[in-house]
Amino acid sequence: MNASDNTAEYLRLYEQMARIRAFEDNANQLYLSAKMPGLTHMYTGQEAVAVGLCEALETTDHITSTHRGHGHCVAKGAHFKEMFCELLGKAEGYCRGKGGSMHIADQANGNLGANAIVGGSAGIATGAALSAKRLGTGAVTVCFFGDGALGQGLLYEVMNMAALWKLPVVYACENNHYGEYTRTEEMAAGDLCARAAAFGIETHQVDGQDVLAVNRLARDLVARARKGEGPFFVLLDTYRWHGHHVGDINRAYYRPKDEEALWKETRDPILNFGKWLEGEGIADADALVEIGERVRREAAEAVAYAEAAAYPPAHEVDMHVYATPGTADRGRKELDHA
Amino acid sequence: MREITLAKAVNEAIAEEMRRDPTIFLLGEDVAEAGTPFKVLSGLVEEFGPERIVDTPISEPGFVGIAVGAALTGSRPIVDLMFGDFLFLVMDQLCNQAAKARYMSGGKLNVPMVLRTNLGATRRSAAQHSQSLHALVAHIPGLKVALPSSAYEAKGLMKTAIRDNDPVVIFEDKLMYQDKAPVPEEEYLIPFGEAAILRAGRDVTLVATSSMVQVSLAAAEILAREGVSAEVVDPRTIVPLDEDTILASVRKTSRAIVVDEGHRSYGVSAEIAARISEKAFYHLDAPVARLAAMDVPVPFSPALEDLTVPTADDVVAAARRMLRGEVRDAA
Repeated sequence: MNASDNTAEYLRLYEQMARIRAFEDNANQLYLSAKMPGLTHMYTGQEAVAVGLCEALETTDHITSTHRGHGHCVAKGAHFKEMFCELLGKAEGYCRGKGGSMHIADQANGNLGANAIVGGSAGIATGAALSAKRLGTGAVTVCFFGDGALGQGLLYEVMNMAALWKLPVVYACENNHYGEYTRTEEMAAGDLCARAAAFGIETHQVDGQDVLAVNRLARDLVARARKGEGPFFVLLDTYRWHGHHVGDINRAYYRPKDEEALWKETRDPILNFGKWLEGEGIADADALVEIGERVRREAAEAVAYAEAAAYPPAHEVDMHVYATPGTADRGRKELDHA
Repeated sequence: MREITLAKAVNEAIAEEMRRDPTIFLLGEDVAEAGTPFKVLSGLVEEFGPERIVDTPISEPGFVGIAVGAALTGSRPIVDLMFGDFLFLVMDQLCNQAAKARYMSGGKLNVPMVLRTNLGATRRSAAQHSQSLHALVAHIPGLKVALPSSAYEAKGLMKTAIRDNDPVVIFEDKLMYQDKAPVPEEEYLIPFGEAAILRAGRDVTLVATSSMVQVSLAAAEILAREGVSAEVVDPRTIVPLDEDTILASVRKTSRAIVVDEGHRSYGVSAEIAARISEKAFYHLDAPVARLAAMDVPVPFSPALEDLTVPTADDVVAAARRMLRGEVRDAA
C-alpha cells in the first residue's frame, strides 16, 4: 500500500484494533464484576494479528478461531451487540446464548466458530479449504491457533493433507509465548516454522505487533492462496496482556511482571500504529482519540443493551441439537414420563 | 426381486447419491483404487474420479476434521472409517466438533456428513478390529446412528444418511458384506426413526440390532418349531429410536429380549431395556432380558471369541427361560 492513497484502509486497521481493545476491556470488566458467567480468555495485546489477517479477507472467506477468539470475531466483521449478548448468554447472541465466549460463531461473516479444544479447529479450517477448492468458490480460509496447538497431532495431519492437495488455507500460529501457564520453549522443541516446512509448506515469520506488516503479508498470501498456490504457514510473534484466562491474576510465577510491562509499554500494536499514522501525516492525535472514544461508546452501549436483553426461553434448551425437528425431543419427553 | 450383497447395496447407494448431488464427496483410507479392504467402494473412483473419491493418508482425526469443515461450508462429505475400532481416534472431531457445531451455534451451522464404519466380532481380528462401538456415539447428542441389518436396509439407510443435514454414523456389520438380500432396482429410502417388524409374533419380542438381527431371526425360526411365536423388531436407527414400535410390540407380547452386539454394560441393550421397563412395565410378564457382547476385550482365539457374542441358541435359551417363568437373569 502507498501511504498517501490508502488513508481509509489505514484508519480501518486502526479502528478495528481499537474495537477489539474496547470489546475486551468491557468483557474483562463484565467478568471481574461477576456479570459474565463462565470463563473467558482475553485477546488484548494480539489485536494486530487478527486485524492484519482478517482485513486481507473477503466476507465470503472463512476463519476458524480459538478459545481466545473475541478478537478474531470482531476482526471478521461481527457486531458488538450480538457478541456481548452471546457472552452473557442472552437470546440475541450470535449463538442464541448456547455457545458463549469459547464457541462464538458468526457464519454470516465467515467465522466458523471459536473452539474450546486447543487445535480443535485445524481440521475444520482445512476442510473448509477443501470444500472451497472442490466447489470452486474461490474462498480462502485462515486457521487461527496459538503456540499451544503446536502440541496437537491433528495440526500435522491436516497440514500434510493441505500440502498434498494444495488447499487455499493459511495456518496462522499466534505465538504469544505461553501455552496456558507454561512458556512455549518448555513445550515445543526445535524450530516452530520447520514443522510446517517439513510438509513443503511455504512458511513466513512476521512481527505480530505490526499490523501493517501482518496485513501486507496476509494480502499477498491470501491472493496467492486464491490462485491455488497455498497452503501457507505464518508464525506471528505476539503477546497476551492478560493471563491465560481472566481469573489468572497471580501469574508472576510463570511470567515476569517486567516482561509484561515491556510488551505493554513498547510493543502495544495500537499505540505504535497510531504513532506511525501520525508520523506519516495520515491522522492526527485528535482523530485517533476520536476513534478510540467512538468505539468505546459503541462498546458501552452494546454492554448496556446485552445486560438488559432477555435470556433464551426454557423451550430453547433442546432446540438446535438436530436439523431435523423432533429428533431431540424424545429424550426430554422421557423425563416427563418417568 | 434381484438379490445383491450388502457391499453392493452400500456401493449403489453412494453412487446414486453422488450422481444426484455434486456436493457429495467421499474420503478415507484406500477408498479409491483399493475400494477399501472389504471392496465395498470398488468402481466408484472410475466413475467419479479421484477428486470425489479421495484417498487420504492414515490420519483418522485429520480427515474426520476435514469432513466437518467441508460439511460446514457447502459440501456433503462421506467419511470412510475403515474399522469401527478407529472411532476412538476420532472422538474429538466427531463428538466435540461435528456433534456440537449446530447446537453451539444456535442452529446457524449444519454438519451434513456421514461417517460410515463397521462393527462385529467373530472375524478372528482380535481386540482392536472387532468392536461394536455404536453405544459410544449414540450417547452423544447431535449424532444420529444407523444400524442396517441387511443389504436392503444398508442401501435405504445410507441414502437417507447422505441426504440428512445432521452428522450420521452408520455402522455396517463387517461379516455381512457378502450376504445377499432382495433389493429393489427402483430408488427407495428408509426413514430414520422407523423400526421394522421383520417377523410378526405373539409370545415374545426380540428387539435386535445390526448383526444380531440375523441371529434373532434364526432364533425365532427355532422357537417357532417349538410352538413359540417370536416377534423380531429391528430399530434400524438407534438415534432416533422408534420407541413406539418397540413398546407396541412389547405390549402385545408381554415379553422382551434385547439383543445387541455392543458390550453388555452401559450399552444399547441397557438403554432399550430401560425404556421398555419404564414405559411398558405393567404390560410385562417377565423382566426384560438382555443379550449382548461379554464385558471383555474381544479375544483372538476362535475358541474364546465365539463365547463373547450372543448366538441364536443363546436367544432361544433366553426365550425358553422367560416363557417358563424363570424370572432370574435371563441372559
